[in-house]
Amino acid sequence: MREIQYREALREAMTEEMARDSRVFLMGEEVAEYNGAYKVSQGMLERFGPKRVVDTPISETAFSGLGVGAAMYGLRPIIEFMSWSFCLVAADQIINNAPKMLYMSGGQFGVPAVFRGNNGAGGQLGSTHSWSVESMFSSVPGLKMAIPATPYDAKGLLRTAIRDDDPVFFLESERLLGFKGPVPPPEEEYLIPFGQADIKLVGTDCTIVAMGRPIHFALQAALELAKEGIHCEVIDPRTIRPLDIDTIVASVRKTGYLVVVDQSWPFASVASEIAMQVYEQALDDLDNKIIRVNNDDVPAPYNRTLEQEMLPNAKKIYEAVRAVTYNA
Amino acid sequence: MSDSLDAAALLGMLRRMMVIRRFEERAAQSYQQANVGGFCHLYIGQEAVAVGSISALRPDDPIITAYRDHGHALARDMDPRYAMAELFGKLTGCSKGKGGSMHYFDREHHMYGGHAIVGGQCPLGIGIAFGIQYLEEDKVCVCYLGDGALNQGGFHESMNMAAVMNLPIIFALENNQYSMGTHIARGTAAADNLPAKAAAYDMRADACDGMDVQAVYNCFAKQAALVRAGEGPAFVDCQTYRYKGHSMSDPQKYRSKDEVSEQEQQDPINKLVNHLIDNHLCDQSEIDKIDKHAKDQALESVKFANDSPETGLDELFTDVYSQPYGPYKKGDLPLMLRERDPGDR
Repeated sequence: MREIQYREALREAMTEEMARDSRVFLMGEEVAEYNGAYKVSQGMLERFGPKRVVDTPISETAFSGLGVGAAMYGLRPIIEFMSWSFCLVAADQIINNAPKMLYMSGGQFGVPAVFRGNNGAGGQLGSTHSWSVESMFSSVPGLKMAIPATPYDAKGLLRTAIRDDDPVFFLESERLLGFKGPVPPPEEEYLIPFGQADIKLVGTDCTIVAMGRPIHFALQAALELAKEGIHCEVIDPRTIRPLDIDTIVASVRKTGYLVVVDQSWPFASVASEIAMQVYEQALDDLDNKIIRVNNDDVPAPYNRTLEQEMLPNAKKIYEAVRAVTYNA
Repeated sequence: MSDSLDAAALLGMLRRMMVIRRFEERAAQSYQQANVGGFCHLYIGQEAVAVGSISALRPDDPIITAYRDHGHALARDMDPRYAMAELFGKLTGCSKGKGGSMHYFDREHHMYGGHAIVGGQCPLGIGIAFGIQYLEEDKVCVCYLGDGALNQGGFHESMNMAAVMNLPIIFALENNQYSMGTHIARGTAAADNLPAKAAAYDMRADACDGMDVQAVYNCFAKQAALVRAGEGPAFVDCQTYRYKGHSMSDPQKYRSKDEVSEQEQQDPINKLVNHLIDNHLCDQSEIDKIDKHAKDQALESVKFANDSPETGLDELFTDVYSQPYGPYKKGDLPLMLRERDPGDR
């Protein structure tokens, strides 16, 4: 199978969906004439024209709210945040209006919009530009959240997101944009349903759950651990809402151990939620407590050494698995 | 006053204003009887703004507003029964009792909601206008806002984008002079020069006496025609006044009783009634009949809301997602839409 970059996979998903459905449009900062701040939308203006690939001023509140209003009106907006860090000024639009409109209107007005962009630290950008929003936003009912780790998942999940009738928060990774992986050619259409975890590595001794970029750290750690005779099962939920807890629980029943990796902050995090749900459903199957590997509970620092120390990495995951399986 | 409106049109506007007035009086009474919860912001005094502007639009021109939204829904001919049932939190309400006073929606009448975070409806409004432009429709979106929203970022960002993108939208400022208890002069720069807000975005500005339904009508008829002609968005300052508190729980210590009673002399309903009588466009008995009908409708709406059954707890998990999963279930459309449009969706 051909290999393409994560950014190319995103572009293909948008391009193919826009070709399929005239109601779909892409809007955001520098998406059109600049060809995308990160080249995700490169060439899309040329293909679809300025009506459907729309540059905006730096006005996150206005253009994310515009996406919500346009979705209520029957269009299918893709709203790009250059970074999810910048969405915070638009919080009222994306977490008050988008996910609650259907409920507040008694089912009259849904919001089939996709909000997408880079999520996560790792580029020495300092705290304001280094948000991982998955824990903060996944507690909001009414939205869905996808967080692809590979080009294959990025394309399949984004196509599903665009066709979904509910608001989808689509969390990409700047650090993965150039990452290459196998993706079927455009003529082989595929979609990845939400709420269906992917077992990235089959194993028997310890379950590692990770989402987004840290999946790759988990796979690195698993490689090292395998050399030492510990065979990890690496599970990628791919969507946080809906969350495929069943696949995680089934794996824990098999391995007896669980490490959860989450690039957001530990307090009330996605990792905490997954751990709690596993405790609720599979306490008797656990041979030890669950260990979480989160960001350290501090703002993201600029200093490279400190930043790397603060984030989840393969070494921390390796150590967590060793610690949790000590009694195996 | 303009004489471009015939008697039938004026009587239609009078009927709608009276329906709003009598409905709001019953809403206040129901609130005091603890049949209505939460916040309840009455539209009494401002009726000419919603009725005059909406009468100047086509029925399928979309509108969106803030939390003082009863008037707009009723001006768009929402049946008062569904409006009152919403206040009572009943499943028979326009938003199935899930939105309340501040979140009236009416898809059939192109009413895109009451929105309760000040200024938060402005970005939604430009989204609707973007949709009109995208689909190349001959429509105008009217986005209502209170004077408090003038000081929110979302308003300014939306004005800017509407101007930059030449969107078919009218920002209708319902300037009742108070953002809750703060007079506009205390919270808004250039409060005595509001066209400057539009000028900052190179947008057309207009103003009208919001206590005169014909003046409002004429202003919006003109502006809507300009928007339809591709002349770009507009900002309209409707100078109005609310007689009641900001919400039902407002002691109104920030203004004098004299000020309120002086404003009540400008009552938009009385003004239109006087115009109709003075110009022999109808007689008092016709006015009385319209008022009686409005009172009956308001009373009937309370009876309907009272008699509506309690909402089942299973409604808690409907309408959260269009494509449900896990504990979430598909909901039925509100009774309001099912009665009008059986088999829709």
